[in-house]
Amino acid sequence: MNRRKFLKIIGGMAAGAGAIGTFRFLAPGEAEALIKSSNIRWAFLVDTYKCVGCGMCVKACKLENGIPYDAPVTRTWVERYVILKDGDVLADTPKGARDGFTSPVTEGRQVNPADIDKAFFVPKLCNQCDKPPCVQVCPVGATYRTAQGIVLVDRTWCIGCGYCIMACPYGVRFFHPVYHTAEKCTFCYHRINHGMTTACVQACPFDARKIGNLKDPNDPVTKVIMTERVAVLKDEYGTKPQVYYIGLDRNVR
Amino acid sequence: MHTWYVHGLEWTRKELFVYPNEYIYWSIQIVMYPLMTGLVAGAFVLSSLYHVFGQKDLKDMAKFALVFSFALLLGAPIPLMLHLQHPLRGFFIFFTPHFTSAISAFGIVYMTYALIVAFEIWFVYRVFFVQQVHALEKKEGMGAFLKRLMYRVFTLGAYDLSEKAVAKDKKVIKILAGVGVPVAAFLHGYAGFIFGSVKANALWMTPLMPVIFIMSAVVSGVALCMLTYIVIMEWKKFRAVKARSTTPGMARYEQLKGAEADLIRKTSRYLIFFMIFAFSLELLDLIFRGYTAVKNWDILRSVIYQRDYVDIFVKQYLIGNIIPFLLLIWPRLTVRRAAFATALVLFGVYMMRYNVVIGGQSFSLTFAGFMDYVMPVIPHNMETFKEGLLGALTVAILPFIFFYFINKVIPAVPQSGGEKA
Repeated sequence: MNRRKFLKIIGGMAAGAGAIGTFRFLAPGEAEALIKSSNIRWAFLVDTYKCVGCGMCVKACKLENGIPYDAPVTRTWVERYVILKDGDVLADTPKGARDGFTSPVTEGRQVNPADIDKAFFVPKLCNQCDKPPCVQVCPVGATYRTAQGIVLVDRTWCIGCGYCIMACPYGVRFFHPVYHTAEKCTFCYHRINHGMTTACVQACPFDARKIGNLKDPNDPVTKVIMTERVAVLKDEYGTKPQVYYIGLDRNVR
Repeated sequence: MHTWYVHGLEWTRKELFVYPNEYIYWSIQIVMYPLMTGLVAGAFVLSSLYHVFGQKDLKDMAKFALVFSFALLLGAPIPLMLHLQHPLRGFFIFFTPHFTSAISAFGIVYMTYALIVAFEIWFVYRVFFVQQVHALEKKEGMGAFLKRLMYRVFTLGAYDLSEKAVAKDKKVIKILAGVGVPVAAFLHGYAGFIFGSVKANALWMTPLMPVIFIMSAVVSGVALCMLTYIVIMEWKKFRAVKARSTTPGMARYEQLKGAEADLIRKTSRYLIFFMIFAFSLELLDLIFRGYTAVKNWDILRSVIYQRDYVDIFVKQYLIGNIIPFLLLIWPRLTVRRAAFATALVLFGVYMMRYNVVIGGQSFSLTFAGFMDYVMPVIPHNMETFKEGLLGALTVAILPFIFFYFINKVIPAVPQSGGEKA
């Protein structure tokens, strides 16, 4: 074989690969979302001004969703931020704040209240992204987006490669300590589909957490998201997250 | 309640602010996986240099590299299987591939490549198979019968050894070797893509990743072929010398000369060439990150220049790149020096994989905390076996065992006494 022939073959293969690239493969959930138009798009609203870091949401979530209580993984958690006058930012989430924040020692540091500029709590959970990178990278299609925008995992099909865990910029995914399949917050899919609210929303004593339907303009959550100033986490990744925050600080990671 | 364990908990040490669900989920097996596929691709490219580009000086090495590549290929899926939380579901990748995922291509790319290598081996060894069938015809006994049966199956009924048929074989080999190069590059480039496309990981996400992977793959493949070749030839020499001391007149000159310094020198030139490429690309990546210094540079800098400094600059670049490079370009390369240098190169490529896979997880998604991988050495359950030292060693040793058995059937190590194919 001479060089010309060799280059011809390579050129042909490259063209073939390019042609394949123009097709788009849809996951079952994506296809369903395109065909069936749902009149529901679940979204979450967190008011960080109202959160006191009691951790009732984390506790409720663990119990409701069968995540072993003492396993150091969780579908939702609360972070504490302490911004000091000297510019240092301290942050921690002991046990995901399952037991609340019972000690003023933050990130191992005893903080003098006089040194604090501001301090606050930020609850975290799955952002149920419009462009979920976790769904994109699943090699077997075991994780998918439903028509209502919720990203779910099929425990009977997940092979446990961990690629989705790597792909999530928010760190919400983990391996279930019992089933050893990818696990994540589902906005309590089993509850919201039956007219109930999520376990964390129900457990929150201060109304810091709310869930709503973005496609319903009269939904109070939708009204806040549409009319007030809200922010999302890490929008630079292009994932289009659907958990909205009131009072999000620039120091929040 | 069932008993539970959290994957990653046993070997992850967290520091400062880390999200609660973050662990080193991809550990030593994912270091081994690109290392193994890299060796596959590299070994194949080495053999193709002879078949396609007519680098005659590589003739002996080419055959060996081809069969060795196949042995490595058989070993390549093992780290993936060991890494899966549900290894028995691994074949779902073939049944329900989800094509937006880089990993889903594994089944297709791997099978394509395996077929190409298998076919090429068949065409290279067809004459040998037929010869074996004829040679074993006269031999008596069950062993000879079974062996002959096996070779008869291997011929696939193609007994034509006419000049025309053999010439046709050669042509097909050339085509397969040529097609195999881009496929080998793809197999490994796509392994790089698996990492490079993870936008959540600041260290991994670079379009250079697939190219860096391909270059380091060729480096590692060529180095491993050289090293294995040297070790096998020197072992044969050692045995021949020993045999001569007990039964005089047994050894021939070919057995006694060991690895040919000339062949090693020629192969090392290709190694140096690809090493320069790999090193330049990695350096470019580092300089570019430092120069553009986007948001994640602060945490990357503290990982690269402080926490992982020894792993990256001492183990990978100095011991794994610069020292072997100097050893190889120094004039009058001896076999012993080449063996030492290629061993260092292999170590360097291993460290490169380690620094990518583990290094990429050694900082938190918060950009405000760190994680360390503490490799489990003495396992106390399946998890700590798979994701620890013993699991890695298993994966590293298996291809050599495969090669040992394959070599019994299709001899790939250059034989003394002028065996030709």
